[in-house]
Amino acid sequence: MEKKIQYTVSIYTENNVGLLNRISAIFLKRHINIESFTTSECEIENVFRFIIVVEMTESGIEKVIKQIEKQVDVIKAFYHTDEETIFQETALYKVKSNSLFEERHIQNSIKESNARIITVNPKFFVIEKTGFRHETDKLYNELAPYGLLQFTRSGRIAVTKSKMGISEIINKFKNQKKKKK
Amino acid sequence: MNKMKKNNKISGAEAVIKSLIKESVDLVYGYPGGAIMPVYDEFFKFQDKVHHVLTRHEQGAVHAAQGYARSSGRVGVAIATSGPGATNLVTGIADAQIDSTPIVCITGQVPAHLLGSDAFQETDIIGISMPVTKWSYQITKASEIPEVIAKAFYIAKSGRPGPVLIDITKNAQFELFDFKYKKCVGIRSYNPIPKIDRNKILDAAKLINNAKKPLIVWGQGVLLGNAEKEFKSFVEKSGIPAAWTILGASALPTSHELNVGMVGMHGNYGPNILTNKCDLLIAIGMRFDDRVTGDTKTYAKQAKIIHLEIDPAEIDKNIKVDVPVIGNCKDSLRMLSKNIKTKSYKKWLQTFDDLMKKEYTKVIKNDLTPKKKGLTMGESMIAINKFTGGKAIIVSDVGQHQMVACRYANFIESKSNITSGGLGTMGFALPAAIGAKMGAPKREVVAVIGDGGYQMTIQELGTIFQQQLPVKVVILNNDFLGMVRQWQQLFFDKRYASTEMVNPDFVSIAKAYFLDSERVEDRSDLEPAVERMIKSKKPYVLEICVEKEDNVFPMIPSGASVSDIRLE
Repeated sequence: MEKKIQYTVSIYTENNVGLLNRISAIFLKRHINIESFTTSECEIENVFRFIIVVEMTESGIEKVIKQIEKQVDVIKAFYHTDEETIFQETALYKVKSNSLFEERHIQNSIKESNARIITVNPKFFVIEKTGFRHETDKLYNELAPYGLLQFTRSGRIAVTKSKMGISEIINKFKNQKKKKK
Repeated sequence: MNKMKKNNKISGAEAVIKSLIKESVDLVYGYPGGAIMPVYDEFFKFQDKVHHVLTRHEQGAVHAAQGYARSSGRVGVAIATSGPGATNLVTGIADAQIDSTPIVCITGQVPAHLLGSDAFQETDIIGISMPVTKWSYQITKASEIPEVIAKAFYIAKSGRPGPVLIDITKNAQFELFDFKYKKCVGIRSYNPIPKIDRNKILDAAKLINNAKKPLIVWGQGVLLGNAEKEFKSFVEKSGIPAAWTILGASALPTSHELNVGMVGMHGNYGPNILTNKCDLLIAIGMRFDDRVTGDTKTYAKQAKIIHLEIDPAEIDKNIKVDVPVIGNCKDSLRMLSKNIKTKSYKKWLQTFDDLMKKEYTKVIKNDLTPKKKGLTMGESMIAINKFTGGKAIIVSDVGQHQMVACRYANFIESKSNITSGGLGTMGFALPAAIGAKMGAPKREVVAVIGDGGYQMTIQELGTIFQQQLPVKVVILNNDFLGMVRQWQQLFFDKRYASTEMVNPDFVSIAKAYFLDSERVEDRSDLEPAVERMIKSKKPYVLEICVEKEDNVFPMIPSGASVSDIRLE
């Protein structure tokens, strides 16, 4: 049996309504669980980047990447291992305000984990921690005993160590178009 | 001045027709309804430029568009209204997606301000059709129409072809705007024809030049790439026996000395057995469908595999290959031919002949010259071959008759086999034959349909009558859903669950549509009846009553290896 590994999938796309559906359907059809999914405009104007985290075999992810690239509005898709990317997640923790003043441990945890308090009011305060999964998990485990009012974690955001070359693809297309004219 | 400007503006609906005309469309299939009425009003005004064929069901329209695309090589167009009109297209769209057929479907949609309100005949057709379209787009402003239609035709036709759906809200059809049309010549995120890697050509040529027992398996890619000539030269120069998938049929004439028959579940004995004996498999424009490969774990394991393919996603999808040659096969075959030696494989070809003799004795002889009283589907096909001279386009439906039609049709010209391969859509053939005839009006079109599939779209007889379209319809009637019955006999201990059909009088039905029709029950009547049908200049429905419980052989039981193909 081929081993399943965590992969970060990066997809560069045109801004097209519905593309999200097309891409998620490719995973759905194959019963692949998406562990995290984020999308934003990337460094190139009007080009969007999806970051998807999945656990799959390498031969499986290769096929999925080809199916994604086959979509007309996808410029290019890649997959990378954790070692090939720099990635982070952000977590928000909402805690009752009196625990902050009554429990010294909380203050220590915040300091030690390099977390940030982003809002304080008489009823609650909100802590933000950006880091690896095990770091946000650690803070979660430390805060949970004092009662978390709410907890949420973002999808992974990642950049790769290697070059993506999206501008090259776009410029090549521009030049071809010029030549045709 | 202001008034002048206003006069130059046209409605979105008119822009739809003008855009179609710019794409050289002179024929569309469709069915009107509320949300598409402005476009239909323009069809009325432009009827001298664009012929609209009213089918009797939207599924008929989309299958007709497919048939048109497959026989003409052009883009087929189907139009429907929102809601049920749009959802009725879905089967045909899925069929076109899996069989790579270039079609553009245009659907009406409720006005933009009502989207999401569950308005009358509102359905999210973009969402519904997304997994089965190559591309789709919802237009909510008239100004988007020219660019989106231009893109739709470009995407449908280029690279690996496929269906595109454009949904147009009613307000966009009414809205006035300045119409300007520019054909689409490229999309930056879309690379339809990947550049061929020369090194792969050299690697492939080396394997071919060193092979002792090579086998070619070609698919529809040869037809879609208009590469019949290049393919024939490649086959003849290489001297390699060539077998076809069901959608590849007719790219090389049936009688060509290197054509060794069909692969797959009901393909010929030789090419299936020898897939697991060859030392090199050259796959051209085919996708290793499970009906072709059987069990992939035992498929051509002994052979090196070369795969010529335009769609990179097909490489290593089902079968891992040694040398992928990505690109248009028209170009790659030409490049490959330059780099291979002229060869012949007498002894290797002899093994195909020997296995064909075995298949003849066990299967073909009984199919074509039966000793029993009942007519067979096989002899019906031979009669059709005889009177069409093999020049007809054979449009088949899905089931036993489809396998028989493809096995025994004598194809001479390319684009002569139109059938629903990947999706296996019963009800495809009758409407597809309408499109096929209109896409190739000079050619004879014979639809060969089982009694089951015929009744799924039988209403299109009305379209045939209204259009006075001289298609020839042959119903091979065994009063059973024959293929399912065959499986029940072989794998479910003859428990014939819901496969026996109590059929109406097909001749009376055809006559009720004012079509010439007759029924054949005896062998002595078969040839004269087929001859009358082919000689007729009018549409004709011929019902041939065939043996009820015949089986199609050879057969690879599902999940078995190609080398476990059974002759009985």
